[in-house]
Amino acid sequence: MFLFLDGFDFGVGILFATRDDEHEQEQLLAAVGPFWDGNEVWLVVFGGTLFAAFPAVYANLFSRYYLLMFAILAALGFRGLAPEMYEEREDTQWRRFWGYAFIIGSTTTPFLLGMFVMNWLLGASALISLQGVLAGLAVVALTVVDGAAFLGLKTRGALRDDARTYGVRAAIGYLVLTGLTLGLVYSTTPSLRPSFQSPAIVGLVLLTGGLVAGYILAFRTQRYHLTFVIAAGLVFALVTLLAGLMFPVVDRAAELTIRDAIISTLPLNLMTIMASVLLPLVFGYFVVLYSAFSGPIESEETYR
Amino acid sequence: MVILVVDPVIASRLQFAITTIVHIIFPVMSMGLAPFLIYFTWKEVRSEQPIYEQLRRFWTRIFAVSFVVGTVTGLVLEFEFGTNFAAFSTTAGELFGGPLALEGMMAFMLEATFLGIFVFGRERVSDRLYFLSSIAVGLGTWLSAVWILIANSWMQTPRGFEVVVENGHRVVKLTDPLAAYLNPRFPYMFVHMQNSAVESVALFMAGVAAYYVFRHHVWGYPIEHIGFWEKTLKIALVALLITAPLQVLHGDAYARHVYETQPQKFAAMEAVWETESYVPEYIVAFPTDVNDLLDPRTKDLFGIGIPGGASWLASGGDPQATIRGLESFDTQAPPVAIVFWAFRIMVALGFWFILLAFWGAYRWWRGELFEDDLLHKALMGSSLLGFVAVEVGWIVTEVGRQPWVIQGVMKTEAGVSPGLTGAEATFTLLGFVTGYALLLGLYTYVVSRLIRAGPPADEDLQSSADSTATESEVTTSD
Repeated sequence: MFLFLDGFDFGVGILFATRDDEHEQEQLLAAVGPFWDGNEVWLVVFGGTLFAAFPAVYANLFSRYYLLMFAILAALGFRGLAPEMYEEREDTQWRRFWGYAFIIGSTTTPFLLGMFVMNWLLGASALISLQGVLAGLAVVALTVVDGAAFLGLKTRGALRDDARTYGVRAAIGYLVLTGLTLGLVYSTTPSLRPSFQSPAIVGLVLLTGGLVAGYILAFRTQRYHLTFVIAAGLVFALVTLLAGLMFPVVDRAAELTIRDAIISTLPLNLMTIMASVLLPLVFGYFVVLYSAFSGPIESEETYR
Repeated sequence: MVILVVDPVIASRLQFAITTIVHIIFPVMSMGLAPFLIYFTWKEVRSEQPIYEQLRRFWTRIFAVSFVVGTVTGLVLEFEFGTNFAAFSTTAGELFGGPLALEGMMAFMLEATFLGIFVFGRERVSDRLYFLSSIAVGLGTWLSAVWILIANSWMQTPRGFEVVVENGHRVVKLTDPLAAYLNPRFPYMFVHMQNSAVESVALFMAGVAAYYVFRHHVWGYPIEHIGFWEKTLKIALVALLITAPLQVLHGDAYARHVYETQPQKFAAMEAVWETESYVPEYIVAFPTDVNDLLDPRTKDLFGIGIPGGASWLASGGDPQATIRGLESFDTQAPPVAIVFWAFRIMVALGFWFILLAFWGAYRWWRGELFEDDLLHKALMGSSLLGFVAVEVGWIVTEVGRQPWVIQGVMKTEAGVSPGLTGAEATFTLLGFVTGYALLLGLYTYVVSRLIRAGPPADEDLQSSADSTATESEVTTSD
């Protein structure tokens, strides 16, 4: 039950993260336009699920990292508003402003989320730490890796070539940053060392390395679908890695284990049943959505 | 610069109040627009008349903007339970978190994914799938309301739970999900809220349309797409005629239910301090001095009262019925002045909307709908009043149940995060005040730009190519 719940809790988190991509130009907005609403909702579901399954963790984490949470909200707000506002007016100044808002929102959100998750893992009392910053940068690199893979599918020509260059660079950056972060956490947090030595964690670290290599190879040889699948695998590996490091303590600072924090059996079963009925349905919605907008963006297609 | 640091409890409550008051505008807009959009899409797909495509496209833009802003502001509310009301979340999370998670999975997902198709996919999918998308989007917005109102109504009339002490905290344990989710308040709240959303949007549409109709027919300005605005006005009036009387009718049943389940709130709504019978209902109440305004007491007010009216309302028909006064409760009374005046504003607006609906219907029936300039002015002036009514209605609901956050179980002041400092809370409060002021300004700016731009031009329409609909067909009534 714990494992399942972890899966469903973080599975939601994964899907949310794989949908987070970076863009600079109008055509790129067109590529994400139909999807981002649906994708941002994963964060709402993640918050709601954490609240429903581990209310004490939700309450502790969110109130402990009070200012960080509001920074995340502000970043998300910009990211959410920007593409919609961008299209409302034609003039350069307006567009430049919302273009920046979109870029800044899209960069700071994963950065702050990475910091938040690292603080969560370490039970840190300070808002900003070196580990947190490194983790934030790693998550940003990962979103670029994913975004590039997505654009490999959705665009053609020069845009796609650039995506390939950036994707490969970001993948290398991600590997380096993850290595640094994990090394730092290992050397500064003795209480986490036993977790690091478990075969599953070692396997996941090796898997990440293998996937990065596979990603670069697939992207270079222009196998875009494969690249996209590998990118999704990278996110999955990261989330499993974090969950594995955290388990069984879900909130180190408040010394809560999963067993303490979980809600009682009746509502848990209720939620699990509802989720197992609803999530396949949701996947169905996404299949409909993605098949309606499959294929590359036409060059004249804009955000609306 | 001096920064005044407010107590974290007060700052958190103020912040939550401000963020909800702003947030509710956007869901009301999208929930209210939903049935209209489904109707427009259905007519567009079936009749292929260009005007329905125009209506659908025009109002979908406003829907999409409202949805985005609603998502951004709604996420803030979800987070605030954790950040500012951690004690409440720890105590009630087992019951309260569930509906929020289910809202995300069941409702929000449906709405958000199909909104992608609904906004971007007209040319990419079949008519049938497109129409189904409009239903999915509309259903999604309304299912959201189901879960959110389940969560809220449970706090008003909590059922199906027990309180145990766990890890040193009082924790609410769910024992009977059906009793908890389908608590007695839920159906009243749901009907009242959804109807008010449609009513508010109908008023908004009517007000916007009246502006163009007025300029064209009364001032004689040439207005492009005048047929579009005339049609909008008529559709809005039909909706208003259905929703306005309903709102007052079930509002009456709702008030009776409040008296039965939250007598303290009812006493505050009527400003009854001493328990008495044969309490009058003040239809019009005049504060004779500032004191009456800030501390209304039914007995001292100068106003036009229906003898026994409040008793009649509370008991469901008995003017002699006794109403428990605020002094008879152990807990401190809620801020009576706010509740009392908010309730009066809401009721007055409710009746004004009925009057507007009948007035418009009468003119339409006489064939003078576009000539009555006073009606148009009234409609323009009332275009935002539906939203005002929703706001004051929620103020009655939420302020009226104080000091309880969960009626009879937990007080609001006990729900605030224990570790939160006044400085942190004040800092974010100030951030929200400025941020939301800007956001509201931006939203108003964008929506008014969309309204000024009007519907898409005829030559941009899909359906105009294969349809021969003329202006005269377009302006025929429903």
